[in-house]
Amino acid sequence: MSDIADRVKKIVVEHLGVEEGKVVENASFIDDLGADSLDTVELVMAFEEEFGIEIPDDAAETIQTFGDAVKFITEAS
Amino acid sequence: MFDLSGKCALITGASGGIGGAIARTLHAAGATVGLSGTRVAPLEELAAELGSRAHVLPCDLGDPEAVNALPKQAIEAMGSLDILVNNAGITRDQVFMRMSDDDWQRVLDVNLTATMRLCRAVVRPMMKARWGRIVNISSIVGATGNAGQANYAAAKAGMVGMTKSVAAEVASRGITANAVAPGFIATAMTDALSDDQKERINAQIPAARMGTPEEIAAAVLYLSSSEAGYVTGTTLHVNGGMAML
Repeated sequence: MSDIADRVKKIVVEHLGVEEGKVVENASFIDDLGADSLDTVELVMAFEEEFGIEIPDDAAETIQTFGDAVKFITEAS
Repeated sequence: MFDLSGKCALITGASGGIGGAIARTLHAAGATVGLSGTRVAPLEELAAELGSRAHVLPCDLGDPEAVNALPKQAIEAMGSLDILVNNAGITRDQVFMRMSDDDWQRVLDVNLTATMRLCRAVVRPMMKARWGRIVNISSIVGATGNAGQANYAAAKAGMVGMTKSVAAEVASRGITANAVAPGFIATAMTDALSDDQKERINAQIPAARMGTPEEIAAAVLYLSSSEAGYVTGTTLHVNGGMAML
């Protein structure tokens, strides 16, 4: 697994308090990992800080799963 | 009780009577204060009076870019932003039939839209800190209406609805959002009234007098404190019984 995916996974595990094994490619933050809408905003804020990137609101809305996040951040950074 | 040591508060309209009293009260409780307003001279006078822990942050709330930049400037000056007091307001009173679009828009822009922009900008750092206090200064006329103030009353009522919605969204992150609704408060604005006018106003107030800016500031201090952590989405009416809501 890439370095970016590891770092994203660490943030998700810490923020949502879920087991690492559940954070898989297609895991939806809201449907599978128990996030509420505010959690998803906070996750995006945490990604921005960790990777030093800016994620605009319209892009943030497309980040629904762990895989989406890794893909977006890989392309942005 | 109500100790604000280590907290940083941004107060808009700090050059006015009520805003100045809010700044003095939060400062006396230990907070670092960011004094915002359009008139720089009175802000600097107030900062000099307060001494340390006071920063002057001029801003025209009618200018969207300046409003969006203000929270960042406040954080740069003070180190953090824990308490936001949206106190600034303007009036453009006019008989409703003659109210121009411009009178309407200007009052909505400064009193409601600027408040929204500042709230939106501060929620992010407050969410990270898992602590925040937003206090929006509404008005009795937002609840009761007032002849000649359709624009002002609409803005102040809008503020209450917005405050409740924000409160619901961020409550789980340790952030509260509340409103304070002053009645008639003795300021430079009311000093200009004649004794006759003052008497007529006082006759409508069960307490039989106007309130003081310090009495508004005390309500803001309470809602800004850690002790008020379980109070959110409410409007604290400070009006001498003029409207019991």
